[in-house]
Amino acid sequence: MKETKAKTRAGRGGAAPKRLSARGKAPVAKPERVPVSPQEGLALYRSMLRIRRFETLVNGLYLKGRIPGMSPHLYIGEETSAASVSFFLAKDDYIVSNHRGHGHCLGKGAAMDRMLAEIMGKSTGYCKGRGGSMHIADVTLGNLGANGIVGAGIPIAVGAAFSIAYRGTDQISVCYFGDAATNQGTFHEAVNMAAVMKLPVLFVVENNLYGLSTHIRRTCPTDCVSDKAHGYGIEHATVDGMDTEEAFVAAREAVSYVRKNRRPFLLEYVTYRFLGHGASDNRSYRTKEEEEQWKKRSPVEGFRDRLLSAYGIEEAALVAIEAEAETELANALRFAEESPEPSPEEALRDIFAPSEAVVRQTEVRR
Amino acid sequence: MSRMTYREAIRLALREEMKRDERVFIIGEDVGKFGGAMAVTKGLFDEFGAKRLVDTPISESAIIGAALGSALTGLIPVAEIMFIDFMAVCMDQIVNQVAKIRYMLGGQVQVPLVIRTQGGAGKGYAAQHSQSLESWFCHIPGLIVVMPSSPRDARGLLKSAIREPNPVLFIEHKLLYNVEGDVPEAEELIPLGRAEVKRPGKDVTIVAHSLQVLKALEAAGSLAKDHGIEAEVIDLRTVAPMDETVILASVKKTGKLVTVEEGYENHGIGAEVVSRVTAKGFGWLDAEPVRVAFPNCPVPFAKSLETALLPSPAKIIAAVLSIANPAG
Repeated sequence: MKETKAKTRAGRGGAAPKRLSARGKAPVAKPERVPVSPQEGLALYRSMLRIRRFETLVNGLYLKGRIPGMSPHLYIGEETSAASVSFFLAKDDYIVSNHRGHGHCLGKGAAMDRMLAEIMGKSTGYCKGRGGSMHIADVTLGNLGANGIVGAGIPIAVGAAFSIAYRGTDQISVCYFGDAATNQGTFHEAVNMAAVMKLPVLFVVENNLYGLSTHIRRTCPTDCVSDKAHGYGIEHATVDGMDTEEAFVAAREAVSYVRKNRRPFLLEYVTYRFLGHGASDNRSYRTKEEEEQWKKRSPVEGFRDRLLSAYGIEEAALVAIEAEAETELANALRFAEESPEPSPEEALRDIFAPSEAVVRQTEVRR
Repeated sequence: MSRMTYREAIRLALREEMKRDERVFIIGEDVGKFGGAMAVTKGLFDEFGAKRLVDTPISESAIIGAALGSALTGLIPVAEIMFIDFMAVCMDQIVNQVAKIRYMLGGQVQVPLVIRTQGGAGKGYAAQHSQSLESWFCHIPGLIVVMPSSPRDARGLLKSAIREPNPVLFIEHKLLYNVEGDVPEAEELIPLGRAEVKRPGKDVTIVAHSLQVLKALEAAGSLAKDHGIEAEVIDLRTVAPMDETVILASVKKTGKLVTVEEGYENHGIGAEVVSRVTAKGFGWLDAEPVRVAFPNCPVPFAKSLETALLPSPAKIIAAVLSIANPAG
């Protein structure tokens, strides 16, 4: 598998290897390809579709000027990662997300209406309008937050894994981040710490080949991003993120490895963001041909075709899922639009948790 | 009362809180068996073991990030950063993550997290191991900054910091570790956010924190003895949020204000004190406020240079005299 990886140079934009690869010279036995069951397939499709449709709606709203602030970082094209990994997580498992985090948040079970309200800066949003697109999370679902600083969530996820080990529960911690985050010091510090402390954390690298405009060939010296895990002695794999079945199987293996062995694992999905870094990004750094080539492998449509052709699933079942998603979206949009903006008096709330030290300050200020 | 050093008082607070609550643990570089670079955690490893005294790689960002992740998921971390100068290495985690996560999440989380570190000059440690960078953190919404000047305050404030549901930066001074003082036998919690008058006086208000409280008290003694000036010395104790009430009440009485700090003068703690006093007590002032601070210069190595730039009782006395006996 090492040879496959070297030949295809998966992490650098070529066709991704089809198999979960293992670290080092003596790779672990090739994982048995566990077929996706029809039931799992439907759930997975539903999850991917919800993310795709949600992101498409957000993009449209932004382009119409109905979302304030910076253009949201959309996940279209990368849906397989969050949908696959989330499938294997329990409610009390933790995730730490990044700036391209809507998919992670939906995958962990967040409701579209409160997410959209947050993105639109409404008081009913998950963060009461304090966070916006880059900071949405429903903490009650184990989501410890997204992040506007590239790579900053990685040590936080390791901290959650430390806490799991300290408390002795069977939870795991998952951290989603992009290929570019692996060039930050926090990645190296955190992966090293997780490895040396033997913590139950799954690092999910969503390698979409670009850090904003800069291609990974110019920023990453190794064939695969996951090669960086070698240096920290942890298990890792690089998987084609456009092949939903492969991605799903790899997620199952990786989550189960972390849960069982209480050790870190780094799972790299080679994927592609179909839109720009944000909506204002004109994508002049890549060709239309390259985009078209990747879009042909769009995971949502591709997996839909597979479900029809190889899983014996009736189209009606998929149409029902699609209709359900549209209803959810329409309700979410109505909810968000009808929700009020936060009242200005709320601006200074929630800086601190209530405590004597801070109450006193408030009294003095008044 | 028992007599103990500032270092022992901090260790006592850690021990008491770790005994009280199993969620409390210490994470940092060399904090375990070795006992910490400043020997503060010495002995705790034997008592609490490796689970609760967690040695880390030299990775300041990961230390703070890991502490934050733990604080969000049910633990109460006390992270140690060996020198405050090293905080520059993990500023993102402190400023953009720890301080803001509660607000960004609309109040969904609490961050019961203490970061212990130490700063200050006077030992010839040069520019990267001697700074007093507290004003950086006081500037950031969401952080509480505590800087005790005595063993009693250190113990009582650290215990409160560990029980605080918000992130606290607990900044010790390397020259205070061996200073002795009386600490009550019984458990004592000193509330955060409250300054204390360490010496009452009617003629001039001196506001200081950390080691400089001791320098101010020394100066106040000389001022009384040699010049008949009774200085009131206020120890901020919690630098942010700042306890304006005690400062304003004092200036109302004395009409004169001198601030003392070891941090760089520009944009410093003294500037904040002066600003608040002039905004809220302008009419009470009968002289211009004076700041005694470290000049805007990196901390030099050679003893003669370092001493020349540091605040001292003599400089505090000169500052007081400059407004206490105005010419003409």
